Amino acid sequence: MTTSTLLSRSRTDRAVQDTSGPVGQGRRLGSHVVLVILAIYFVVPLWWLAVASTKTNAGLFAGDALWFGSDFALWDNIAGLFTHQGGIYWTWFRNSFVYAIAGGVGATALSVLAGYGLAKYRFRGRSAFFALLLGSVMVPMTALVIPTFVLLSGMGLLNTMWAVILPSLLSPVGVYLVRVYAQDAVPEEVLDAGRVDGAGELRLFFQVVLPLLRPAIVTVLLLTTVATWNNFFLPLAVLRDPNLLPVTVGIYNWQALSNAGAGGEQVWNLIVTGSFLSVVPLVAAFLSLQRYWQGGLSLGSVR
Amino acid sequence: MSASKSAVAPSATRPTSKIASRRQRWGYVYVAPFAAVFAVFLVLPLGYALWMSLHNKGIATAGRSVFAGADNYVKAFTDPVFLEGLWRVLRFVLVMVPVQIVVALVAALLLDTLATRLSRATRLLIFVPYAIPAVIGALMWGFLYSPRFGPAQDVFGLVGLAAPNFLSSANIFGSLVNIVTWQWVGYYMIIIYAALRSIDPSVYEAAVLDGADGRQIALRIKVPMISSSMVMIVVFALIGTLQFFTEPQVLRSSAQGAIPSDYTPNMYAFATAFNYSQFNYASTLAFALGFLVFVGSYVFLFLTRKQSGLK
Repeated sequence: MTTSTLLSRSRTDRAVQDTSGPVGQGRRLGSHVVLVILAIYFVVPLWWLAVASTKTNAGLFAGDALWFGSDFALWDNIAGLFTHQGGIYWTWFRNSFVYAIAGGVGATALSVLAGYGLAKYRFRGRSAFFALLLGSVMVPMTALVIPTFVLLSGMGLLNTMWAVILPSLLSPVGVYLVRVYAQDAVPEEVLDAGRVDGAGELRLFFQVVLPLLRPAIVTVLLLTTVATWNNFFLPLAVLRDPNLLPVTVGIYNWQALSNAGAGGEQVWNLIVTGSFLSVVPLVAAFLSLQRYWQGGLSLGSVR
Repeated sequence: MSASKSAVAPSATRPTSKIASRRQRWGYVYVAPFAAVFAVFLVLPLGYALWMSLHNKGIATAGRSVFAGADNYVKAFTDPVFLEGLWRVLRFVLVMVPVQIVVALVAALLLDTLATRLSRATRLLIFVPYAIPAVIGALMWGFLYSPRFGPAQDVFGLVGLAAPNFLSSANIFGSLVNIVTWQWVGYYMIIIYAALRSIDPSVYEAAVLDGADGRQIALRIKVPMISSSMVMIVVFALIGTLQFFTEPQVLRSSAQGAIPSDYTPNMYAFATAFNYSQFNYASTLAFALGFLVFVGSYVFLFLTRKQSGLK
């Protein structure tokens, strides 16, 4: 990550020079106008979500959707999330964390091990396995959900946390990214020097390889955690118990009930506030970790 | 892209002694945990889906699985609902993928030439939707589209127009394109942007001296140089769009009647499995869709192998 930040810093100076001069000034203004329009488009829905989470159920229908209403009901809404259906929202929230962390950390650990193994050891079957891996990147994961459901049902794991966590451990893209990164980031000379000094393969891995792979590890961790946190199709299929749902499926159910107009189930304010709170952790994580992922996301595209 | 590297590497590290060749077996230890998950949650489900699609089970077969050959596939590829869903996601591919790529490319090219505080802030803001779960994104846009909650009437009222009904059957296609574009452009933009940053500026300094303007440099020099990244995100977008599920599924209850439960092939497979418990036919639909996605992306990668550098 250090090299990529250094790289972009040196490029920054060049970019400023490019646009000097009167013609450049006009073009810069035009470019900035386009960027502001883009920024507005991408932010307005989130602005709406933040504003709407401060409104009461009635306030949501009162118009002026993009500005605050007469009452500030955010705290009431949060309190409502603690009482509605016994505060089940916070159970969903906790479940999402458990799934995202278990799935993200697990998938990253498996990806790092396999990616490094594929990059640095020439065992028999390596090329064949790597070809299989590349092919599997193109297998749509949703095609696996229905047979996975039947298989999990056979294993008696349906409607348990394992039904979400275990399939989330699979990340062919993660293995691919680590393999590409490790190829250059872990020089053979360093490994050989360690071996000459008498270090075992496992000690080499933990003391030499892991620190070198850190940018790739952070990127894969972020990608797999987001993928698990955002997962919808799989938990929708394999979970029935409301107490096991992640926040995505739980809010989806509330919304479907409210739209169906079932008596007493119109909890729009809780849906909106619940949605707002559920996006805060990931947005905060992305904003605070940006220097890691900005370099890392391009890993897959290096030639 | 890595194939060329690995072709060179073995000679440099070719095991020269017995100890060295034994050491290479450590590779199995590192790959084994992933390989186990790969086998259980990818190979096995795929194989099982294939097996189920070739069998039938139900009241007519007294609850036992009976070999059915290609019957289910004949049924699927003559099933007007499945074919209509396929045609629909194909139209989504034709509209949604170019829209996303063009917006992402324009944003990345603009950001690459600017280094102001505003451009850095914009880069982050465009990316933020990627961190929003698709369910929440679709739900949010559902509210914004809604004639009851949304700001559409306020906004269109400013210029004296009546807001269109975004959730009607006629407009739902565009409304879905908008949601997906909003959600994914930031991710694609970051990948393109990172690729642009890795171009050595000296490559186009000569063009600047020859009087090329920014647009010519962007289209003639920068875009061709990042073609491998472009190919990659087109494949991502293609695979994602063909499996379209979450957004229409979430919008279904807000857009009453405009999105049937079999709107896309994936939604059809889901409903077939979980509403009608026809797991054999659902597996057929899932496997057929998966196969088409695989072949589609493979063909695309083959046609663009020169641009992507993949061999």
